[in-house]
Amino acid sequence: MSQAAAIPFTGTKEQEQELQKSIDLHKSQKGALMPVIQEAQRIYGYMPEEVQKMVAEGMGVSLSEIFGIVTFYSQFSLTPKGKYKVVICMGTACYVIGAGKILERFEKELGINDGECTSDMLFSLNGARCVGACGLAPVISINEDVYGKVDEAMVPEILSKYKE
Amino acid sequence: MDKINIKINGQSLQVPADITVLEAAKYANIEIPTLCYMKGLCEIGACRICLAEVKGGRSLVAACVFPVFDGMEVQTNTPAIRESRKHTLELIVSDHKRECLSCVRSGSCQLQTLCHDYGVEENTFKGMTYDYEIDDKSPSIVRDNSKCVLCRRCIKACSDVQSVSVIDAVYRGFKTNISCAFGHSLNDSPCVYCGQCVVVCPTGALYEKDDTKKVFDAIADPDKKVFVFAAPSIRVTLGEAFDMPLGSIVTGKLAAALKRMGFDGVYDMNMTADLTIMEEAHEFLERVKSGENLPLITSCSPGWVKFCEHYYPDLIENMSSCKSPQQMFGAVLKTYFAEKNNLKPEDVFVVSIIPCTAKKFELGRDHQDAAGVSDVDVALTTRELARMIKSDGIDFAALEDEEFDNPFGTGTGAAVIFGASGGVLEAALRTACHWLDDKFEMVNFNEVRGPKGVRRVTYKIAGMDVKVGVASGLANARELLDAVKNGEEEFHMIEIMACPGGCINGGGQPNQSDSVRNNVDLVAARTKAIYEADEGLPLRKSHENPDVKRIYDDYLGVPGSDKAHHVLHTKAIKRSVFKYLNQGRRFIIQK
Repeated sequence: MSQAAAIPFTGTKEQEQELQKSIDLHKSQKGALMPVIQEAQRIYGYMPEEVQKMVAEGMGVSLSEIFGIVTFYSQFSLTPKGKYKVVICMGTACYVIGAGKILERFEKELGINDGECTSDMLFSLNGARCVGACGLAPVISINEDVYGKVDEAMVPEILSKYKE
Repeated sequence: MDKINIKINGQSLQVPADITVLEAAKYANIEIPTLCYMKGLCEIGACRICLAEVKGGRSLVAACVFPVFDGMEVQTNTPAIRESRKHTLELIVSDHKRECLSCVRSGSCQLQTLCHDYGVEENTFKGMTYDYEIDDKSPSIVRDNSKCVLCRRCIKACSDVQSVSVIDAVYRGFKTNISCAFGHSLNDSPCVYCGQCVVVCPTGALYEKDDTKKVFDAIADPDKKVFVFAAPSIRVTLGEAFDMPLGSIVTGKLAAALKRMGFDGVYDMNMTADLTIMEEAHEFLERVKSGENLPLITSCSPGWVKFCEHYYPDLIENMSSCKSPQQMFGAVLKTYFAEKNNLKPEDVFVVSIIPCTAKKFELGRDHQDAAGVSDVDVALTTRELARMIKSDGIDFAALEDEEFDNPFGTGTGAAVIFGASGGVLEAALRTACHWLDDKFEMVNFNEVRGPKGVRRVTYKIAGMDVKVGVASGLANARELLDAVKNGEEEFHMIEIMACPGGCINGGGQPNQSDSVRNNVDLVAARTKAIYEADEGLPLRKSHENPDVKRIYDDYLGVPGSDKAHHVLHTKAIKRSVFKYLNQGRRFIIQK
């Protein structure tokens, strides 16, 4: 069983009020669940249980329906983004030259799965579609830094630059 | 309705203009196979089993959602169609937990039937498979996503029929599965355990928690006295599990089968249905007198009770404090009957046969232990009983009718109709009216019966206008409950049954094939049998039941007495909706 890292929810009163505003605006509109969830994702940066509950309660729909939507669309995330966003290109060129192995190595080094965030909120890990640098395949990026021709063995060294 | 001319497999016929190809084919006595489709419930054209070829069309169409048009020419049995269906099935089967030998739905599985009919080979496609964790934490319902075909009927039953919506499709693509929010167990969700998802599931992905072994073991235990009683609706549905026609009344065979299974006493739950009415009609008149906590809302349906606790906690005080007939029976057996026969309540093992998955939850609730031990030990669904009868080698259909045992073998017609929506209310009215005016002669309150999900009736009783409401199916119930909650309507009494049509359509009733469910009005056939059984009984009012009278004379005193309250009444509690009990984060339920 895979379990997302337990990251405490740190939502603020202001964020809650902002979400409530969006709920009030859309509550009586039919089919307005998506814009509210999009707002929630924008406000909090991800859709933790607490936020999904607020949306469910506010919009009068069940939690399972919200969870279904949040897990269906890739624009929503169940886990927050870390201070350093590790993105592994899984486009065709990178994939065939071993991006899968690199992703696995990052998962192992960070102790999280694709799409998750470390409990210290330092790193988040995401596989991405083609980043458009196929000549450098396999490519990864960490925030603004781009690394080309990455080898699995380079992963610990790359990560060490960001560990505080 | 306008008629149009179409051709199906070369056969010309006239059909109504507003139907689908699937429905039109039925007019030509052709049954197009389905897997995700269920009439009135799930019409999404997702599974691609019902494909048909429409002349001039670009590709094969899903017959279940494709409308007919004038001059249409349809083929339903070309080699291309057969091959497509077979391939689709083989793809589904490639990620299906294939344990058909032991699967609870073996023999009644739509997928198994189709695979057989289309000569599907099990291992055509060998690809990735998902092995999901089985969710068997709830006392009522087991979910095994490894056998799910993603038809979404359960979701529709949960959201559209019951407005509970605790399960939904989550994730996407190959990872799609049916799940509670955050991958939690049903046990930790605000599920009401009605089991409507179970009866519409085409495969073995949803089934009741099997308690048959506990009962076999208890029967074999020489230190236990094992008593069994069967709910009103079982007598009109159990026959279906033995290929008898819909609506067969099998009361006598049911009693005979239970006796052959080795129970120490075989009783009729109708006795405590009558007892329930004595208490509930008394409670009703008390509330009418005091004007407090009106409307009185019935509390026989444990799915409804849990729904009220989660979704309408403000109305808990309106709910009758009466235990359900199942719980009353267990309480009477372990107090009155045990005392009278010098039995220790711990040595009395009580089994109920019920049409319901929520009853399995109900027996474990608090305040259901009149003798200090659980009133009821095991609740078996109609399906479980049928399996036990089969494994005991009893030729059910050939059994001669027998009677239930005394002293709890008598039930009135008022008790029988508990099995249909409106029945509990009608039974209460039969007795309450008699108590208010002993010259009141009406027995049949036809206005509270019928197929409509919500019914409102006003009766003139003893000079008073008595307004009653009936709802079955929890989405329907919301209509009445919201009106009461918002002060828009006033009622004296409301009956709510969690399952549409009442217990005859309960979540524990026999599986029926898609072919039956899509073409026959199951609820109507079973309801008709219930009212026939009522009409056929010499006693039709609960207060006339001699067994019930004796229990009051010997033990309880009068309805509403302290003793009656101790034994026959219980409490509801507030439950939350958005707070899941298990707060651990578990997003992915794959093993």
